[in-house]
Amino acid sequence: MRLEAENISFQYDNGNRKILNNVSMGLEQEERVGITAPSGFGKTTFCKILAGYELPDSGRVLLDKKPLSAYGAYCPVQMVWQHPELSVNPKLKMREVIKEGDGVEERIIRGLGIEPDWMNRYPGELSGGELQRFCIARALGGQTRFLLADEISTMLDLITQSQIWNFLLEEVKRRKMGLLVVSHSGELLERVCTRIVDLKEEISIWT
Amino acid sequence: METILSVEHLMISFSQYERGWRKIQLPVIRDLSINIKGHEIVAVVGSSGSGKSLLAHAVMGLLPANASWKGRIAFKGEELTGKRVGELRGRQMVLVPQSVSYLDPLMKVGDQVRRGHKDGISRARSREVLGRYGLGEDTEELYPFQLSGGMTRRVLISTAVMEKPELVIADEPTPGLHISAAKRVLSHFREIADGGAGVLLITHDLELALQVADRIVVFYAGTNVEEAAVSDFQKEERLRHPYTRALYRAMPSHGFEVQPGAQPYVKDLPVGCPYGPRCPIADQGCMEEIEYRAYEGGMVKCRKAGT
Repeated sequence: MRLEAENISFQYDNGNRKILNNVSMGLEQEERVGITAPSGFGKTTFCKILAGYELPDSGRVLLDKKPLSAYGAYCPVQMVWQHPELSVNPKLKMREVIKEGDGVEERIIRGLGIEPDWMNRYPGELSGGELQRFCIARALGGQTRFLLADEISTMLDLITQSQIWNFLLEEVKRRKMGLLVVSHSGELLERVCTRIVDLKEEISIWT
Repeated sequence: METILSVEHLMISFSQYERGWRKIQLPVIRDLSINIKGHEIVAVVGSSGSGKSLLAHAVMGLLPANASWKGRIAFKGEELTGKRVGELRGRQMVLVPQSVSYLDPLMKVGDQVRRGHKDGISRARSREVLGRYGLGEDTEELYPFQLSGGMTRRVLISTAVMEKPELVIADEPTPGLHISAAKRVLSHFREIADGGAGVLLITHDLELALQVADRIVVFYAGTNVEEAAVSDFQKEERLRHPYTRALYRAMPSHGFEVQPGAQPYVKDLPVGCPYGPRCPIADQGCMEEIEYRAYEGGMVKCRKAGT
C-alpha cells in the first residue's frame, strides 16, 4: 500500500498567503517519514489534507491509487493531533471516547499504559499525557494503515514521550503501518524515522 | 545576591463536588519550595497537568475562587498578602502568560503594551522595548490575530518588561515554537536576568530549560523532588533523584529509555514518596513522609540519595 500526495496546493479562506504550493510526497507502508519546518509552513495543514479532514484547492491524495473517499466510513489514514485536550469530547467519559475508534484492541490500550480506572473519568480529569494515550489508541483501530503524528509529544514530559514512541514504533512494525511524524525536535526525528523531509527546503518534495 | 522570591511549603487545593453534593478537597500542589535570586533563571520542570502553572498563579494572586493555598510566599523578604500582591503585580513582578488568549483581541498591540497610556514617555518606552525584540513600528498597529506565534511571544514579553520588573514569571513560553524560535525567546529571558531581575521559568521541556536556566527544580506529583544546577545534568551520576535520572535517560539523545508507569493522579497518591511505585530502588522505608534536604550542593527528596 502507498499513500500519495500529488501536487497539493492549499490556501485558507482568510486571504493569507498560499500555505502549500504544489507539494508532492509518497509514503510507503513500513516507512517512517519525519517532516520538519518552521512554524507556519503548513505541516498541520498537510496532515489534515492527507487524512481527509481538508480538501486541497488543487492536487489529490491517493491511497493505493484510489482517492480517500473510496474507502467508506473508516478512513485508513488516521491522524493524531497536537492538542489532545481539544480532540476529545469533554462531555464523554473516556470509555466512550475510546469507542470512537475502530474496535481498538485491549493489547493497544494496555501497551500505551492506559490504566483501567482512567476509563471512568472525564477528559478534564486527566493530564495531557494521559489524554494523548487515548487519542493514539483511538487512531490505532483495526483498519488503520497509515498514522499521521502531528507534534504528538511536544506537551509531554520526556518519560511519557519515550514510553509512547517506543510503543508506537513496535506497533507500526508489527502491523506494517506507514508513519508520518511531524516534530520540531530533530533528535526525536533522528531516533524515530527512516527518512526526514524538510518542508521548507523542498516545496515539491521527493516523489 | 538578594533573594527576590521565596516560596516555602506551598500547598494548593481545589474544592470540587463529587456525585452532586459531596464536597472534596483536591490537593494539586502538596509541598513546593523554591528560591529565586536576582540575575538568576530558575526553571520548574514537570509534566503537563501536574499543576505547575498554579505556582505562577499563586504568586501573582490569580488563583480561581475555588482554590485555597497554604504556606509562605515572600517577595524580597516581605510576605505577600492580597493587598501587597495588588501593588506589586504588573510593576515589580510580572507574568508572561502561556498563550495568545491572554491578549485583548480588540486592542492594538501598541496600546496594549502601553496599557492605554498615550503620553510621549510611554510611547518612547514601548518603542524601545518592542524594538529590542525586533518588532517594528508597524507591529504596534496590528491586532493580536494578525500576529504569528513567535511575534505573540515577543509582544507578551514586551508587555512584561515595560515597567522594569524585578521578578518575571514565564509560564510555558515556548511550546508550539520551532526550535530556533524557542531558543530566541529563551535568550530574551536570559537578557532580562542578566539585567538584574529574577526569572522563574515554568516548563515541561527539560531540554530547553537546560539551555537557558541556572538551576532546575524538578516537580513530580505535586512536590519538588530535586533541585540541581544545570551543570549536574551533564552526567547522570550527578543527579540526585531516581525520577530526574529517569528523565535524563529518556532524552532522545541519551538513550530514549522507557520507564513504565505514569504519574499518580492527585486523588490516589501513594503513601510516602510519590515516585515510590515506579522507583527501582524503593523499599518499605520509602512509604513514609520523605524529607526535602540539602545534598551535594542541591536539594533532594529521596532518602536513598547518598546511601
